[in-house]
Amino acid sequence: MLLIHCPYCEEERPEIEFANAGEAHIARPSDMDGLSDQAFEEFFFIRSNPKGLHYERWRHIHGCARFFNALRDTVTDRFVATYKTGEPKPDIAAEGKDQ
Amino acid sequence: MRKYSVFALAREAMRGHTGWQEQWSSPEPRQEYDIIIIGAGGHGLATAYYLAKEHGLTNIAVLEKGWLGGGNTGRNTTIIRSNYLYDESAGLYDHALKLWDGLSQDINYNVMYSARGVMMLSHNVHDVQVAKRHVHANRLNGVDNEWLTPEQAKAFCPPLNISAAARYPVVGAALQRRGGTARHDAVAWGYARAASDRGVHIIQNCEVTNIRRANDGRVSGVETSHGFIGAKKIGVVAAGHSSVVMQMADVRMPLESYPLQALVSEPVKPIFPCVVMSNTVHAYISQSDKGELVIGAGTDQYISYSQTGGLHILTHTLEAICEMFPIFTRMRMLRSWGGIVDVTPDRSPILSKTPVPGLYVNCGWGTGGFKATPGSGHAFAHTIARDEPHPVNAPFTLERFRGGRLIDEAAAAAVAH
Ligand SMILES: Cc1cc2nc3c(=O)[nH]c(=O)nc-3n(C[C@H](O)[C@H](O)[C@H](O)COP(=O)(O)OP(=O)(O)OC[C@H]3O[C@@H](n4cnc5c(N)ncnc54)[C@H](O)[C@@H]3O)c2cc1C
Ligand SMILES: [Zn+2]
Repeated sequence: MLLIHCPYCEEERPEIEFANAGEAHIARPSDMDGLSDQAFEEFFFIRSNPKGLHYERWRHIHGCARFFNALRDTVTDRFVATYKTGEPKPDIAAEGKDQ
Repeated sequence: MRKYSVFALAREAMRGHTGWQEQWSSPEPRQEYDIIIIGAGGHGLATAYYLAKEHGLTNIAVLEKGWLGGGNTGRNTTIIRSNYLYDESAGLYDHALKLWDGLSQDINYNVMYSARGVMMLSHNVHDVQVAKRHVHANRLNGVDNEWLTPEQAKAFCPPLNISAAARYPVVGAALQRRGGTARHDAVAWGYARAASDRGVHIIQNCEVTNIRRANDGRVSGVETSHGFIGAKKIGVVAAGHSSVVMQMADVRMPLESYPLQALVSEPVKPIFPCVVMSNTVHAYISQSDKGELVIGAGTDQYISYSQTGGLHILTHTLEAICEMFPIFTRMRMLRSWGGIVDVTPDRSPILSKTPVPGLYVNCGWGTGGFKATPGSGHAFAHTIARDEPHPVNAPFTLERFRGGRLIDEAAAAAVAH
């Protein structure tokens, strides 16, 4: 089980308090009607699924219930950072240095 | 290849088992092949075998980054069934089920396919409606599936607890009698031996690190840990790593890779006659011929390539198993492990041509592709050899996520194994 740091509660809590909500930083297009099939596929179905660092959304569903973002390594499952919704992506190169 | 038979067994018994040959050869890679298959799991090896057997193509290499069968093929709980809801799925999975029957003879290798019946439990009204809908849809497609009362279910599987007071009461079950299990390792080894016998090169410890393309966009070969190997056509059959490999040809996939776990108990005498699955509580169980209870758990909620999963996932499954089969509460578990499964948005596989000429992909089998191994290899071989899909895999394209013709087993079953 993962230990996850909620940036709102500022606490590290067990994974069973959280719900994973998939890849992060995928903006919902504002003009859905006008979207081409290809753009819809990209938004709705295609995922980067990287072997390595992954930006993803979590929700502290059994805690503060808020969504936040995380940067996690999908090989080690180690969290590099968690950060509040709306904050910019952490810089991977800089984060990687002190590992 | 020396044929396995009772006479061979007797002959070798007489001379101290000194005459057995290696099951497959381990040649040095050629500079170029007509076809390279990336991934020596059951699906990749079956593809190579049927390319040779059905299409007469033998200048083929199967490249494997680890050892053959070391991926999900050697990690799964071996449940075989074909009672899927949609016509397309019933066609594909039943194509495989028909090939399981007779596979041991075809490849001269005992894959221990055992049609002991797969019983899927219903615990509430919603389950009953879904299960009966499956029973009717399956029958219309010529796939056997029947509805059992709780008493009939208990008669078919005596250890089952059908008490109304159970935490997950059993209110009925759907039974596919042709469903069952097979020996997973034997499937990989048997296809490897039969393919190697027909001239296919199986190259283990050879990781593909890049897919090269010519100026016209066609594939030209792969870069590997053994250097560059040329290829006219490439089939990607890499399960949990499919999106990583496809990325090498700049194709972004509708896939996510999750850990899926299983565990086995200490071996005991025969106690469990069939396969029982419960989608609602997410537990499935059978007994191997060695005597171990083989128990499948769920996926973790996050994508990962770690090949381990969370302990709470196993605990949850064992709680459900103990509720349904109180007789097992004091069994000890021996081993648990994880595999990485590639899941599509509609939980149906992709067996398809790709936007890259000469590149084909067979992936997205997720949590339930072992059962399809023979059919998948057979249809994918056709797709590669003819450059067009076999009728059974024609609907399982990569483009369906663009056009919208999904085969939504995800909505139909919630989970699929
Ligand atoms: C715990 C668990 C339980 C399951 N239970 C069932 C079940 O009961 N019934 C069922 O039908 N299915 C089940 N499945 C699913 C089933 O195991 C898979 O769908 C199926 O085995 C996939 O076969 P494959 O040959 O495509 O993949 P694999 O056997 O995983 O083969 C893919 C191969 O590709 C290789 N590879 C990857 N990248 C590269 C590279 N770059 N270069 C070279 N080689 C590479 C890998 O090393 C691997 O050997 C289960 C899976 C798991 C993990
Ligand atoms: Zn919180």
